[in-house]
Amino acid sequence: MKRFSQLAWPYMIWVVLMILLPMLLILVYSLTTSGNEIVNFTFTFAHFQKFFTDPDFLLVLWRSLTIAVKTTIICVILGYPVAYFIARSSDRVRNILVLAITLPMWINMLVRTYAWIGILSDGGIAQTILGFFGLKDMELLYTEGSVLLGMVYNFIPFMILQINTSLCKMDKSLLEASADLGANKVQTFLRVTFPLSLSGVVSGITLVFLPAVSSFFIPKLLGGGQFFLIGNVIENQFITVGEWNFGSAISMIMAVIMMVCMYAIRKIDEHNSGGGNQES
Amino acid sequence: MKKEKRIIGKVLMILMILFFYLPIVFMIIFSFNESKSLTNFTGFSFNWYEKLFQNRDMMESLYVTITVAVIATAVSTLVGTISAIGLSKSSKIVKKIMMQLNDFPIMNPEIVTAIGLMLLFITFHIERGFMTMLLAHITFCIPYVILSVMPKIRSLDPNLADAAMDLGATPWQALTKVLVPQIMPGIISGALIAFTMSFDDFIISYFVTGGGVKNLSIMVYTMSKRVNPTINAISTLVVVLITIVLVIINVVPLIKSRREKKDEKVIN
Repeated sequence: MKRFSQLAWPYMIWVVLMILLPMLLILVYSLTTSGNEIVNFTFTFAHFQKFFTDPDFLLVLWRSLTIAVKTTIICVILGYPVAYFIARSSDRVRNILVLAITLPMWINMLVRTYAWIGILSDGGIAQTILGFFGLKDMELLYTEGSVLLGMVYNFIPFMILQINTSLCKMDKSLLEASADLGANKVQTFLRVTFPLSLSGVVSGITLVFLPAVSSFFIPKLLGGGQFFLIGNVIENQFITVGEWNFGSAISMIMAVIMMVCMYAIRKIDEHNSGGGNQES
Repeated sequence: MKKEKRIIGKVLMILMILFFYLPIVFMIIFSFNESKSLTNFTGFSFNWYEKLFQNRDMMESLYVTITVAVIATAVSTLVGTISAIGLSKSSKIVKKIMMQLNDFPIMNPEIVTAIGLMLLFITFHIERGFMTMLLAHITFCIPYVILSVMPKIRSLDPNLADAAMDLGATPWQALTKVLVPQIMPGIISGALIAFTMSFDDFIISYFVTGGGVKNLSIMVYTMSKRVNPTINAISTLVVVLITIVLVIINVVPLIKSRREKKDEKVIN
């Protein structure tokens, strides 16, 4: 049956050309001076130096990380109870609710983000509703809050679905056992349900945090160019300024930071689930 | 106490659903607005739809989006399925390395994949446009197809193809008549993921096309700098389109299974 293994050969070539080579190119561009051809180039660390010595860039990096952390925290706090509610519903209701959450994800993220502009703009319904609560004429669009809202809106479905899956997979007899052994509802939740659903929370966090750090159209549309994140800087370097080498260096920095974050999150998860035996 | 909790959960659930659907409903309503305002509904009209159908750039972007999505889905489903079958029969080490590389476009931030491909096209002087967009879409779609086909292959008996060939099937027949039908559900869900990924893609398309060719997302992005209700109109069209596709996807298997049941009855 070895003959069938030849079927993968074309894709191996494709992977080298279209996945591996582009990654190497980013690395090469980030380490060379601009204006190079493929045949001759000069190595330099100047792009990395430029990034780490400029307080403006560092501020943008810090801002991207903090807003991603805020987004993730809000998604966990709001997403967990919703996922819990879905998981505790009857099968039929659960299917309907999961479908209701998945449906909007089929519609273009950009389009859904754009729709918020009308809702949040001056005189829009969000201001009208807030007006009822005595918060008249609050500036909503083009603030950190609107960017945060856009991110939570786009990424919270991933969190809900991940937590819901892990809650549904849980063995229900564990809850009965816990109750039989004298634990009350709160204790059962804290000692049994929550720890067991933690793997869902962790994969939800990676699905929210990573795209949030690198997102650039949400801050652009809802931040109105006032609220620059690292993704915007990269876009700027490539599309407007044309400094591909510096842009590549920023991308490398971002990719490395993300890898470190992912690794840390995974380690914490393994630690909590008792020594990382998920591999087996 | 328990009931109270359910009520809190219910309220939160309803609010969450409202939160998800509010912008979509809002967009649909204001696509029928008479004036340009995004905040005041002044009257019902088809103004923006007329403008949309007269706007050649927009119609072309819709055409580009659909063409790229259809071709990318077809190619990536075919290549992905074949490669997944090939990889399942490859040696362990090759399989492991390939699956790691295959994960790259999924795990990497989209913007990094986008920049990598952009640099690739620039470095080798490939003119950026429709073809580069298509190539990029195929590149990020195949991994999803492989990921959804692989588990189905793993659940098959590894001797299935051998058995078919022992019984006189050619390798081609063993592949198309035995293996592929068995893993069909995986192939279909892979194709669906590929289609939506391609249809919705903005970041990668934005970087790998050089201004000339635009898909829907790029169009919305470049137009959103000014208030432009035609975006609402075209978005509403997309919502309708996606809904139709979803209905077809959900209804066709239903009809099929019903028909199969009928056939079974006839046979019995």
